[in-house]
Amino acid sequence: MQVHRFEKVWLGAAILLIVGFIATIAYGSVGVGVGMVDDSGGQISAQAVQNGNTGTPFDDPGVVREGEDQYTVYVVARQFQFVPGSGDTPIRVPAGANVTFKVTSADVTHGFSVVETNINTMVIPGQVSEVSARFNEPGTYGLVCHEYCGAAHHTMGGSVEVVPPEEYDMQQQEIEQPEDDAQAQEEADQ
Amino acid sequence: MVFVDSYPKTSKLVRSEFLVAFAALGIGALFGVIQALHRTGVFRGFVSSADYYTILTGHGVLLALVFTTFFIAGLFTWAVANSLERELPHRIAWSAFWIMLTGTVLAAVSIIGGIVGSPSILGHDLEADVLFTFYAPMKAHPAFYIGAALIIVGSWVAGLAYFKALWDWRSENPGERIPLQTFMVLTTMLMWYISTIGVAVEVVVFLIPWSLGLIQNIDPLLTRTLFWYFGHPVVYFWLMPAYLVWYTILPKLAGGRLFSDPLARVVFVAFLLLSTPVGFHHQYTDPGIPSGYKFIAMTNTMFLLLPSLLTAFTVVASVEHGARQRGASGYLSWLRDLPWDKPAFSGCMLAGLMFAAGGFSGMINAGMNINYLIHNTIWVPGHFHLTVGTAFALTAMAISYWLVPQITGKKLRQRSIATLQPYVWFVGMALMSNAMHRAGLAGIPRRTAEPTYDEFAFEGVAGTVGEMRLQIAIGGFLLFVGAAMFLIVMADTLLARRGGTLSVNSNIPEPLSGPDHSPRILDNYKLWTAIALLLIVIAYGPPLASMVADGLFAPGSPPIPV
Repeated sequence: MQVHRFEKVWLGAAILLIVGFIATIAYGSVGVGVGMVDDSGGQISAQAVQNGNTGTPFDDPGVVREGEDQYTVYVVARQFQFVPGSGDTPIRVPAGANVTFKVTSADVTHGFSVVETNINTMVIPGQVSEVSARFNEPGTYGLVCHEYCGAAHHTMGGSVEVVPPEEYDMQQQEIEQPEDDAQAQEEADQ
Repeated sequence: MVFVDSYPKTSKLVRSEFLVAFAALGIGALFGVIQALHRTGVFRGFVSSADYYTILTGHGVLLALVFTTFFIAGLFTWAVANSLERELPHRIAWSAFWIMLTGTVLAAVSIIGGIVGSPSILGHDLEADVLFTFYAPMKAHPAFYIGAALIIVGSWVAGLAYFKALWDWRSENPGERIPLQTFMVLTTMLMWYISTIGVAVEVVVFLIPWSLGLIQNIDPLLTRTLFWYFGHPVVYFWLMPAYLVWYTILPKLAGGRLFSDPLARVVFVAFLLLSTPVGFHHQYTDPGIPSGYKFIAMTNTMFLLLPSLLTAFTVVASVEHGARQRGASGYLSWLRDLPWDKPAFSGCMLAGLMFAAGGFSGMINAGMNINYLIHNTIWVPGHFHLTVGTAFALTAMAISYWLVPQITGKKLRQRSIATLQPYVWFVGMALMSNAMHRAGLAGIPRRTAEPTYDEFAFEGVAGTVGEMRLQIAIGGFLLFVGAAMFLIVMADTLLARRGGTLSVNSNIPEPLSGPDHSPRILDNYKLWTAIALLLIVIAYGPPLASMVADGLFAPGSPPIPV
């Protein structure tokens, strides 16, 4: 088989490009440590998530402090909101801390994407997505369901509020409680 | 001799397949412009935001599944008959057509049901607002899944007709090399048979019984994995026909001939080997799949760039050769001496140019870690409107200007509209796609009726959000105009009377380096199919085994209406 000289050069350059791409990605994973979404979150029954009887923190989702600078955020995605995350219950985490998001679905497939960050995962019924991140800059980050999940999919958004560590107060983290419960609690306290 | 006179039966079949394809293109394009205006907020009077998803499903199914499959069936039918110089076995080929058409009607009726109040038909609401990926546990009417399955089954039967034609030809021409066009068709079909197994199992074993209530639960991760087993090779099912056109017809339109027959065969064999074991690159961000499998898919995906990069070389070299045959000279000035006023030529060239841009954005999608920035943002449809939406669709339209006269015997009408049409499409797509890519970088999601949220606002990374919206709306409108121009030319041509002599014919000039230089092993389909299957077993065996190890239907989800 004859291959023209120019074509041989082109072929060599193409292979070099491909090997280069694979090398940069391998370096990104091993060297820089860009973690992949994988099977580390384990499985869960979507119907138990829907009924709130999984026996896991997903029954009462929210931020859990695991240790110094270590937080886990349990989020349930359901048609058409993130709990917590949507409306006036933003996910609040301190800047600079190691935050692990554990997200699962109570019904259909959703997406969980924090805008302009690497936090981007599918949320599939029966599976728990696990993503670790650290927010260095305080501020409000957009949260989007980026997989079509039904007729009101476009309303399914939310936010992540990253606050300076000194202002972060776990007492304010009662976000997972429904509002009227929180009010009842306040009244009881008074 | 005009093709229609040499092969009247085959021509009639090609005409029927093209007619369905063009009808799907028209409706799909109308749905497209409705979406472009709706999601950008320019005009939301056509449908409610809830019904937007019905329109979106229709757009995806009609264009990515129906238009493509029917057009490819027509093109392949012509290519096999033309290169083997014989009529196709018409009984098999026509049954394929009717099976696919039945499937199309079932799927289309189920989708349309969603905008006419979802009447209850046979105990299920008639709707299919599940988009063209139909991820479970969102449930559509069973007729939608049955229709999708029939379109696939019909395409299998169509492939049988091509293989039957080859076997008949072989018995009359023992020892001869498979002609290049037929080789390309059959290699594509082998890839298609291997890859559609995934979606066939998904639909027939899981979705149909589950939508009928025969089984209660299905595993959403398993079914979407089966979908993506098929979901990337389908991209090559769209592209390889475009490559067939670029390799075998485009050089002739440029005034020359193909550079190398052996390398064309190598490229198609590479697609057969590598198209399928890459599906996990659509699932980089899926939970439940160990990263090792994603890494294997990423490596395969990157090597899949090779046949496309080789194609870029061969096609450009062949076109340059054509220009020099026409007397052109200089390093780049030969580009001026090409028939840019012939829409068949200009359409293919512009499609190829946009495919190069789409290839580069695809490399970013394939980059396992950088993909996190753009996964499921509007970047992704920005990418595939360059590939299937231009590399395939514009090539299909362009080559119709050349092919439809030959399967009808009628001269092309409305030539000035035809001449302008590829450029309208190109400008429309350039506006829409660049803005979609940039909007994706800003994190704006795909597949949404209203990309604005109560909790926060998007900020443009390169350009403003308002400017991107405007470009998407104008671009989408121009694309609709481009599709309408094409359909006007086709309608006027098909309805015209036959008369005069055609200026085009189906003779394909011999390549500069002919099949005699191709190693015979390239035509050994058994060998390549075996290697392709082996690569699939390596890429998919362990992950699928672990997904079904806990039971075929677990972790299970019941059907959920949308």
